[in-house]
Amino acid sequence: MMVKENFTKILQGNEACVEGALLAGVRFFAGYPITPASEIAEGMAMRLPELGGVFMQMEDEIASMAAVIGASLAGVKAMTASSGPGICLKMENIGFAVISEIPCVIVNAQRGGPSTGLPTKPSQGDVMQARWGTHGDHPMIALAPAEVDEILHMTIKAINFSEKYRTPVMLLLDEVIAHMREKVNIPNREEIEIIERKKPTVSKEEYLPYKAEQDLIPPMANFGSGYRYHVTGLVHNEKGYPTANNNEIDQLLRRLTNKVELNKKDIIIEEKYFLDDAKIALIAYGSVARAAQRTIKLAREKGIKVGLLKLVTLWPFSDDTIKQLAGQVDLILVAEMNLGQMAREVQRAAEGRCRVVSYSRVDGELINPIEILSKIEEESKL
Amino acid sequence: MNNSITQYFRKEMLPHIWCPGCGNGIVLGAILRAIHSIGWEKDEIVMISGIGCSSRITGYVDFNTMNTTHGRALPFATGIKMANPGLKVIAVMGDGDCAAIGGNHFIHSARRNIDLTAIIINNMIYGMTGGQYSPLTPTGKYGTTAPYGNIDQSFDLAALASSAGASYVARSNIFDVNQTTRFIKKALLKKGFSVVEVISDCPISFGRINQLRTPMQMLEWIKSVSIPIKIWEKFSEEEKEGKIPTGEFLDINIPEYSERYQNICLRMQQEKGRK
Repeated sequence: MMVKENFTKILQGNEACVEGALLAGVRFFAGYPITPASEIAEGMAMRLPELGGVFMQMEDEIASMAAVIGASLAGVKAMTASSGPGICLKMENIGFAVISEIPCVIVNAQRGGPSTGLPTKPSQGDVMQARWGTHGDHPMIALAPAEVDEILHMTIKAINFSEKYRTPVMLLLDEVIAHMREKVNIPNREEIEIIERKKPTVSKEEYLPYKAEQDLIPPMANFGSGYRYHVTGLVHNEKGYPTANNNEIDQLLRRLTNKVELNKKDIIIEEKYFLDDAKIALIAYGSVARAAQRTIKLAREKGIKVGLLKLVTLWPFSDDTIKQLAGQVDLILVAEMNLGQMAREVQRAAEGRCRVVSYSRVDGELINPIEILSKIEEESKL
Repeated sequence: MNNSITQYFRKEMLPHIWCPGCGNGIVLGAILRAIHSIGWEKDEIVMISGIGCSSRITGYVDFNTMNTTHGRALPFATGIKMANPGLKVIAVMGDGDCAAIGGNHFIHSARRNIDLTAIIINNMIYGMTGGQYSPLTPTGKYGTTAPYGNIDQSFDLAALASSAGASYVARSNIFDVNQTTRFIKKALLKKGFSVVEVISDCPISFGRINQLRTPMQMLEWIKSVSIPIKIWEKFSEEEKEGKIPTGEFLDINIPEYSERYQNICLRMQQEKGRK
């Protein structure tokens, strides 16, 4: 049995995530039941055995994250999925994956928070948690698709980025796109790029597990492949052994962040709509970006020159694009289902070159195109 | 063939960081002797640890090793085992590591009966952080966070693992090294979840606060409280007070998790093949 390929189907967002992951080569999934992400675990439980892959329902979210990291270290592409409360529990082990540079993908079908919050309602309240949820300085890659078809492709991207940069990648859905059903074109495997982690080219005796190459990424030997080495959550040297040497500590911490930050061009995915002549720019991501696309149409019908910057990669952040955009427009409006978490980042990136306004909704309802338009009209009168 | 267990050490990582008189080295020696007598290749052995003094073991041995997060050695080990069932996966944990923060993973690993070996070095205290009481600190003993005596009941890890679904469960101590080595060897060879708890010492963090200041005093005390299971069974409730039964508590053959999962894979692949 092959992975389903080259056909069109109506799929739920969570189902599209499963299809994307299987296409990208995920063969290990560990999870724990939680709304609104459970369909991903259910899909994996159904599909993985026929592919010779492993599905495990673990005793808790912490164990799921640990098992995923273990499986990846043993050479299998691995993923987990959860929502806010579960993501909180995974955070310590996500930090472990960061420092030990073990590829893995964490899907967060966002629901309202904090705590148990709003299990069945959408939110984008976890975008800062995605960036800084685990402690200490660290890199983070986070992608936020807006459509079901895009979920499939961004799941593949997330797996690819995790393999390429040897770092955990967050895929941020929200309850609406996780549960919404849309047409999805499932591609041929030949049509999609699949990236595998770099393997060591040196002998077992010469292998230094944390010695990075030019691209700041060390080649990764899988456990059991004959390259025996030590993996630890302690700050370590190139040999992988714990260190208290200032230079070695500094080197590791900077390299971890730089391997992502210096590759922003490769990682940042953004879409621009009608920005060329825009005087007002909308910035949105996830399901809100869909509403924003409609808003620019409505605004332009009224003669208001509005464009949209849709962020697909949330982390690393689109500083350069936003700085340049801020020099062009009079106003940037950031619409999001949280109290301005990304608006503050936009404000920082805009460096005072234009006015940045936040439009927030945290009542469990989607932001609709009309209310964004009303906000634009209100702000442009000022 | 090299008959010495020194072949298993990463010599550049020595000397170790453990205090003089620590039992961790005795347990490590027993593990390595057991591995040596089985004759496993270094490449096929994975050793996983959590956090605490015990967790440093993985840094010193020349296997595939991982020092994970506090209490989580078993779920990390589970991921590795399921991704590559051919590997021999051993989790070494401390008592706080395994029985407090990792307690849930311990019972569920036993419940699955996944083919892992859990070795718990039980020094009855959080040693690395300076002597706080653990779930295995005996009632009435002292810790820095139990300055007026520990009022908690201590866990019986052997009973816990046996009732949760493990295949092999034994308890030994650092005094009886030959027995410890023998139990560990049986655990390593057991198909299924196997548990060996080794009662160990911590003269610094447990001994000083409990009037057992020297390693010898600690060893004598461990020897005096360890009662072989056959004798223990004949003890009255009064005689059992303050004592710990040692020996083999469980040795059964029941279906193992990774094999069960493989059977599902085979069944599904055959069904898809027929379609």
